[in-house]
Amino acid sequence: MITFKDVSKTFTIGKREVHAVRNVNLTIEEGEIFGIIGFSGAGKSTLLRLVNVLENPTAGAVEVQGVDLASLRPTEVRKVRRRIGMIFQNFNLLTSRTVAGNVAYPLKLAKMPRAKIKERVEELLRFVGLSDKAKDYPEQLSGGQKQRVGIARALATSPDILICDEATSALDPDTTGEILRLLKKVNKEFGITILLITHEMHVIQSICDKVAVMEDGEVIESGGVFDTFTSPAHQTTKRFIRSVQQDLPSPSLLDEWRQKGGKQLYRIIFKGEVASDPVLSRVTRKHDIDVNIVYGSVQEIQAKFYGNLLVSFDGDVGKTANAVEELNEIVQIEEVDVTWA
Amino acid sequence: MGVDWQTFWPRIVEATGQTILMVAVTLVIGSIFGIIIGLLLFVTRKGNILENAFLYQIINFLINIIRPIPFIIFLVAISPLTREVIGTTIGTWAAIFPMSIAAAFSIARVVENNFISIDPGVIEAAKAMGASPLQIIYTILIPEALGPLVLGLTFITISLIDFSAMAGTVGGGGLGHVAMTYGYQRFDTSVMIVTVVILIVLVQLAQWVGNTLSRKILRR
Ligand SMILES: Nc1ncnc2c1ncn2[C@@H]1O[C@H](COP(=O)(O)OP(=O)(O)OP(=O)(O)O)[C@@H](O)[C@H]1O
Ligand SMILES: [Mg+2]
Repeated sequence: MITFKDVSKTFTIGKREVHAVRNVNLTIEEGEIFGIIGFSGAGKSTLLRLVNVLENPTAGAVEVQGVDLASLRPTEVRKVRRRIGMIFQNFNLLTSRTVAGNVAYPLKLAKMPRAKIKERVEELLRFVGLSDKAKDYPEQLSGGQKQRVGIARALATSPDILICDEATSALDPDTTGEILRLLKKVNKEFGITILLITHEMHVIQSICDKVAVMEDGEVIESGGVFDTFTSPAHQTTKRFIRSVQQDLPSPSLLDEWRQKGGKQLYRIIFKGEVASDPVLSRVTRKHDIDVNIVYGSVQEIQAKFYGNLLVSFDGDVGKTANAVEELNEIVQIEEVDVTWA
Repeated sequence: MGVDWQTFWPRIVEATGQTILMVAVTLVIGSIFGIIIGLLLFVTRKGNILENAFLYQIINFLINIIRPIPFIIFLVAISPLTREVIGTTIGTWAAIFPMSIAAAFSIARVVENNFISIDPGVIEAAKAMGASPLQIIYTILIPEALGPLVLGLTFITISLIDFSAMAGTVGGGGLGHVAMTYGYQRFDTSVMIVTVVILIVLVQLAQWVGNTLSRKILRR
């Protein structure tokens, strides 16, 4: 659906060159929710803006639905943009128009007949739950409501693709959840492919199917959200994951643990269905030792369980070794060296 | 010495009419050209929808040389051109010509500033929705800037009343001319007071209309 082929974008400011995007190769498939995550300045917005030709690549090619965007004339570019809805961190609503006027705007640009516009606007406002706000002006709305208008407006021309530039970054956690659910609904009900960028791992975790991690203009890691989440390859990816899931207690707590003569710690990672099995208790009971869960969490990622626990065992050393060996056949288990912490 | 109010009133009324005519016509002509020039200036800016460094520099230069010239000097300086275009340098229409030029360039700057203060994100959103540069101009730039633009034009209108009085002193007619011939040259205080009061009323009226309109547009 969207293909980046060796895409680079370099800005030249005077004599200085900024390599905002470097040699990016990515494919976004039809119907998926694809998230791009990265810290500020990683080049996410620039990459996104290449998709609807708000920027042009300095090297490589961006293809949307099989068409190389660089081959298009300006009028064709404008047609393609109607197939790609866009929403923004700051909503970018037209202050001189009402909510209904904002949603009607892209339809007017597309020269839809008046009566049809009215019908379509009502339908869209119903979809985003803002029918009662049709006559209000943007300044009378809350952030979440403004983003709903932004979404309704982006969906007006029935696009195939929706691109979102930090759509929830200006919103509080509750409202973020609301908007994310709405985006999921857009994806499910209309089959619209969503490409979103964010710096919040939480956004990726809650709605994305696939993720790409960007750093310094490059895509350093990409793949399914569950796989990337549960076995990250890159240090930056690990940092993002740690922002939603603490996998090690603070150094001071670890210190206390050591001073009190704390036992060897093991990290146990459950993936998928295994997490629901009472594995731990079964194996430890069998080997006649006790398990002590020191730290950790069990989370849901893409409708699958993901558990990351820090445990220690009480009991005979030999029995413990046997238990660990048996556990290793069912789940991922490793000794944790806390001396460096 | 005093004036014969019986014959003087009609003169006052006529002069007020001339002032209003000068200001109104100048405002219309100045706004048309001012908005066009201001728009060109804005869209040809660096990074804007019709970026064109050459055009931008030329317009910017023109505005920068015309705006700082005191109006009374500008009036005299372009009088040869006024004679070419209008046929005379005396009378209401001969005053409107230089006033319109000066107004157009002042309005151009006001217009440019109002456009600059529009959130660039909104322009980008329109682009992303498939708007052409022309559509961006008349569906985004003008409606989004209209409220502050009306306030800017109100400000210009008031300085036009000022300009018209100056034009009056060099043969442009209107209240400036009356004040000059009766008040200044004949030391008639009552005439002075009457013209001043009328000018104040005109300014208040212009301000009130401007405020009301912009409040309607801005909804506050
Ligand atoms: N129009 C531009 N001109 C010059 N440099 C630019 C331009 N747009 C972006 N850049 C630069 O490119 C780099 C990447 O910017 P970009 O906005 O894509 O980052 P981002 O990942 O979206 O960051 P953020 O999370 O802060 O939005 C930055 O160094 C930025 O300064
Ligand atoms: Mg950004």
